[in-house]
Amino acid sequence: MSAAAVEEAITQAHHEEWARVVAALTRRFGDLDVAEEAAAEAFATAVGRWPADGVPANPGAWLTTTANRKAIDWIRRENKRGDKQKDAQMLCGDDPSGPPGVIDDDRLRLIFTCCHPALAIQTRVALTLRMVAGLTVPEIARAFLVRETTMERRITRAKAKIKAARIPYRVPSAEDLPARVSGVLAVLFLVFNEGYLATGPGTDPVRHDLTAEAIRLTRLIRALLPEDGEVVGLLALMLLTEARRTARVSASGELVTLIEQDRGTWDAALLAEGHRLVRERLAARVAPGRYQILAAISAVHTCARDVRDTDWSQVVALYNQLIRLDQSPIIALNRAVAVAELDGPEVALAAVDRLEDKLASYHAYHATRADLLRRLDRGDQSRAAYDKAIELAGNTAEIAYLTRRRDQLV
Amino acid sequence: MQYLVSVIDDTAGLATPDEDAAIDVFNDRLKAEGHWVFAGGLAAPSSATVIDNRGDEAMFTDGPFLESKEYLAGFWIIEAPDLDVALKLAGEGSKACNRKIEVRPFL
Repeated sequence: MSAAAVEEAITQAHHEEWARVVAALTRRFGDLDVAEEAAAEAFATAVGRWPADGVPANPGAWLTTTANRKAIDWIRRENKRGDKQKDAQMLCGDDPSGPPGVIDDDRLRLIFTCCHPALAIQTRVALTLRMVAGLTVPEIARAFLVRETTMERRITRAKAKIKAARIPYRVPSAEDLPARVSGVLAVLFLVFNEGYLATGPGTDPVRHDLTAEAIRLTRLIRALLPEDGEVVGLLALMLLTEARRTARVSASGELVTLIEQDRGTWDAALLAEGHRLVRERLAARVAPGRYQILAAISAVHTCARDVRDTDWSQVVALYNQLIRLDQSPIIALNRAVAVAELDGPEVALAAVDRLEDKLASYHAYHATRADLLRRLDRGDQSRAAYDKAIELAGNTAEIAYLTRRRDQLV
Repeated sequence: MQYLVSVIDDTAGLATPDEDAAIDVFNDRLKAEGHWVFAGGLAAPSSATVIDNRGDEAMFTDGPFLESKEYLAGFWIIEAPDLDVALKLAGEGSKACNRKIEVRPFL
């Protein structure tokens, strides 16, 4: 086997097996630290051994066995050092079958523990990327533009809290499941959005590593919770968004809005999969949650071959449905963008202006206003709104786009 | 596993009769379901005295160790198998006493 093939096999095993190994070890040893250390050592051993010994027939079993041995060594070493045997072992669920519609898998326990609502949202994101996705601490630190030591501390503190406060290692009860799943989805959506609209100077405007990781994790959750419509909705939303990734930033590094994108460059396979998932949810005839509605909106946009074919009344109707579930002013802002196409910029501007109290510090509020004012030939006001949007925007491609638009005002 | 469930208050004044009644119901439930360890309400922070006897002579300071807008008004110590159970109970406690609550595990 060539060196490249072995490297490929290790990367694949890391993608497919990391979470499984960490989850199984956490269950066996009741300790996230032990599981993380041992899994990392097992993969390091694979990197050292597989090129010479060849890739084992069952890489997952090899990694689990190796990690188990490393964990036992690690615990022995710790005990020899005179440390007390850890008495604060994590608690595992007593109910092995879990709520209905849930596949029993240690990875699901791991995900729910990492996304526990008693942890701060940034901590949940970091812990999920480390323990479930297997990103290294330096990778996560880079993704969120914080120092490695800061990220290391955040993850260490989270693991200590899980142990000290006894955050359980189990799938929540059927009664708590919907709320806890939506907490997990919020973490994944945050990872995706950070990849899709990366903030900060010096970062790529679209971080494919993060969007890909979010999609991979959402696929995993879907496999583990096959009956949850919102998981399908989020996956569809991510796929339909990811399909437009390359069309979203121009060669000169400028953001290209949905309306101006070259639709021929959209990824047909991702669109087809996303559309299929949206149809699957429509066929289920169950009242959709917010991710399913957002996915449906995205499906309406991406169904139109030409932007002029967009069914704006359908988009507005979906936003109306969404607003009944979620009164967030950001959703009201996005609805106004669709209203501008259906009822004209004047009606939309009135709706946007009503959001000022809540969104005055949000760049997209000012960018949307700037665009509507431009279309109403109110150049001076538009320019002021562009200035404010540029000042508040964090994404380099978006700043480039807004700056050009402002400078084109007459 | 035991948790300290602290009642955080930022209003002057004791619990209303309605709140007292709701707390009694909640306490009875804690006892019936085996979560009860101990509980108590505290007098105003201004009635506190801080003592430091690490030196030669005990030093007394009138008032609480920390001046803040929010203070500890009372607490429960509960027995719960894990944080999920503790948080659920604390949520009910917060409703009963109509105040914010902090949950903190004992070592």
